[in-house]
Amino acid sequence: MPTMSPAVLPLAQAAAGVDPWILVFSLVTVAVTVWMGFRSAKTSKTAGDFFVAGRSVSVGWNASAISGEYLSAASFMGIAGMVMAIGYDALWYPVCYACGYLFLLLFIAGPLRRFGAYTIPDFAEGRYDSPLFRKIAVCFVLFIGFFYTMPQMKGAGTTLAYIFPGLPYWVGVAVVGAVITLNVALGGMKGITLVQAMQYWMKMFAISVPVFVLAAVFGGYGKNLSVNAATPAEKAALVQNVEHPRLELPAKAPADEAWISPFGPLTTKAAKAAKLSPEEARPLSLLYTYSLIIALVCGTAGLPHILVRFYTNPDGVAAKRTTMWVMILIGVFYVFPPVIGVLGRNFMPELYNGVGAKGTDKIVLELPTLIRANYGVLGSVLSGIACAGAFAAFMSTFSGLLVSMTGAVAHDVYGRMLRPDSTPEQRMKMFKFAAIGIGAVSVGLGCCVEPLEINFMVGQAFAIAAASYFPLLFMSVWWRGMTMKGAATGMLTGGILALVAAALTNASNLALDKGPMGKLFAPFAPLNEFWAHHPLLRILCEQPAIWTVPLAIGLMIVVSKATARDVPKDIRMKMLVLHAPEALGLKNEYIQEHQAGAGH
Amino acid sequence: MPQPQTADSPPDKIHSEAFLRDLMRRQLTLSTGCALAFLVALLGLPLVNYLAPAIMARRVGGFTLAWLILGVLFFPYVWAISFHFIRRSLALEAREVEEARR
Repeated sequence: MPTMSPAVLPLAQAAAGVDPWILVFSLVTVAVTVWMGFRSAKTSKTAGDFFVAGRSVSVGWNASAISGEYLSAASFMGIAGMVMAIGYDALWYPVCYACGYLFLLLFIAGPLRRFGAYTIPDFAEGRYDSPLFRKIAVCFVLFIGFFYTMPQMKGAGTTLAYIFPGLPYWVGVAVVGAVITLNVALGGMKGITLVQAMQYWMKMFAISVPVFVLAAVFGGYGKNLSVNAATPAEKAALVQNVEHPRLELPAKAPADEAWISPFGPLTTKAAKAAKLSPEEARPLSLLYTYSLIIALVCGTAGLPHILVRFYTNPDGVAAKRTTMWVMILIGVFYVFPPVIGVLGRNFMPELYNGVGAKGTDKIVLELPTLIRANYGVLGSVLSGIACAGAFAAFMSTFSGLLVSMTGAVAHDVYGRMLRPDSTPEQRMKMFKFAAIGIGAVSVGLGCCVEPLEINFMVGQAFAIAAASYFPLLFMSVWWRGMTMKGAATGMLTGGILALVAAALTNASNLALDKGPMGKLFAPFAPLNEFWAHHPLLRILCEQPAIWTVPLAIGLMIVVSKATARDVPKDIRMKMLVLHAPEALGLKNEYIQEHQAGAGH
Repeated sequence: MPQPQTADSPPDKIHSEAFLRDLMRRQLTLSTGCALAFLVALLGLPLVNYLAPAIMARRVGGFTLAWLILGVLFFPYVWAISFHFIRRSLALEAREVEEARR
C-alpha cells in the first residue's frame, strides 16, 4: 500500500500497543453475545415473545438474567474505581445496590406480578383505569433509562480506550452502542434473557478470578486494607507488607485517614469547597450518606428495566424465589469489586492522576496486568478476562435498558397512543425502528459524560427512580385511597425535581472539566461559585432523594385525599388481585369483568 | 378462558371487606417487620459511624470494623432476612387459600 488514507491512519495508530490477549477475549465476548442474539431472533416470533419472553422463564434462568442485567458497568468497573478514589463511603453503593432488592421483595415484587401487566405503564393504567396516566408513566421509563445508559456508555468508551490505547473515547461509545442496538433490534427480549443469564456468570468469573489470583500474589483483602492507617497512632505503628510494599501515593490521592474512615472525600466535598471546618462538615456528611442510602435502596425498587422482568416469572411464588436468588447472586458479586479498589490504591496509584477514561474507573481492567512481572502472559490473560467481563457488563445492562425503553416506545407510545389499530407486524417493525433511534440518542449522550464517574451517574438514575416509580408502586400497592391525580402529582413532582437536581449537578461538574466538555458546559460554571457558599444546597442537589422521596409520597397522600371521590370504583377487586394468593384464581375473574377494556 | 377456581367456595367471603382487610394487614405486618430489621441496620450504621468513630476504626483482621460490617457482613444479614420473609410469606399464602376455601 503506497499511501495510507486519512481514515485508516487513526485506526492504525489505535492498533499499535494492543495486547493480543485482551483483544481476543473481548472480541469473543462480543461475538458470542451477537451470535446468541441472532440465533434466538429465529425462535422469537410473536409480539408477546418480544416484550416479555412469553412469560416462561425458569427461576434459575430468570434470577441469573436479572442479576446479569443489573450488574452494570457501574458494578463491574465503577465500584472498584470509586472505592479506590474515595474509599469507605463508596461501599454504600454495592451494599445498597444489593439490599434495594430486599425492598422490592418485601413490598412490590409479589403484588405486581399477581396484577399481571407487561410494563410499569401497564400497571399504572390498570390500577387507575387511566390511559392518560400511562402516558405520564412512560416518560419516566425514558428519563431513568437515558440517565442509566450514560454511565454504561462511559464504561464502553473507557474499556475500548483501554484495549486500543490510541482510540478516542467517543469511537468506543459509538461502536459498542451500534453493536448492541443491532442485537436488540434483531433479537428482542427472548434472546436477551439467555444472553444475560450467561453474562452474569461471565461477570462473576471475570471479577472473582482476577481477585483470587491478585490476592494470592499481593496478599488478601484485610492485609491490604491494614496498610491504610485509620488513626495517627496506627500510622506510627504501621507495618509494611515486606514482599510487596505499597507504592507512593500521588498528591491527588486522598490521605489514608480520610480514605478508610467513614465520611471521607465524597461526602465532605461540598463542605470542603465551602471551607467549613471538619466539625461543621460532619453533620453534612451524615446527611449526604443518608440521602445516598435512600436513593439507592428506593431506586432499586423503581428501576423500570428490572421490574419488567418480574413478569417473566410463571407465578408470584416464582417471582419471590427469583428475588431471593438475585440477592444471593449479586451479593456474592459485590464483595469483589471493593477488593480491586483496595489493591489498586496500594499497587497502581498512578491512576489517581488520570482523568476521564484514563482514571480510576479503569482499575478493574488494568490491575491484573501487575502480575505480568511474575507470571508473564497470565497477566494479559486475566486483564483480557476482566475486559470480557466489562463488555458483558455494559452490553447486558444497555441491552436491557434498550429493550424496556424500546418496549415503552413501541408498545405504549406507538401501539397504545398513536396507532391503537396497528397490526402486530407493524408493532414489530416499530420496535426495530425505536431501538435504533433510542440507541443513537444514548450514544450521543454517552459521548458527553467522559469526565463524570460511572458510579456517580448510576446513583443519579437511582435517585430519579426513587422519587418517581418507587412512591408510585409502593403507594399504589398498599394504599387503597390513592387516586390517579395523587399518583401523577407525586410522581411527576418528585421525579422531575430529582431529574433537574441531577442534571444541574452534572452540568456544574462538567463545567469544571479541562477538556472540550468544560467549554460546552462553561455557562454552568457560576453554579460552582454559588455552591461554594451554600454547601447544604449543593448536597441536597447532588443527592436529592432525602427530600424528593418524602415530597413525592406526601403529595400523593395530600392530593389523593383531596380527590378522594376519584378512587377507582372497583378498587376492592383491584386490591384483591394485587394481594390475594394466585391459587384463588381472582385474576381470571378480574379479566372476565374487564373484557370490554383494551386488550393486549 | 379457564373457569376461576373459586366456584366451590362462597364468593362473598373472598370479596368481603373483612377478607381483604385481613389479607393486606397480615402481609403488611410481615413485610414491615422484615423491613424494620433491615432498616435498623442500614440506617443505624451511619449513625454509629458518626457517634462512635473510635470503636468503628478498630481493626479486625486488617479491616476496620466499619469496613468489615459494610463491605462483607451486610450481605449475609440481608440474605437471612429475605430467606425468613419468603418462608413466612409462602406459609401465609397457603393459609389464606385454605381459609378462603373453607
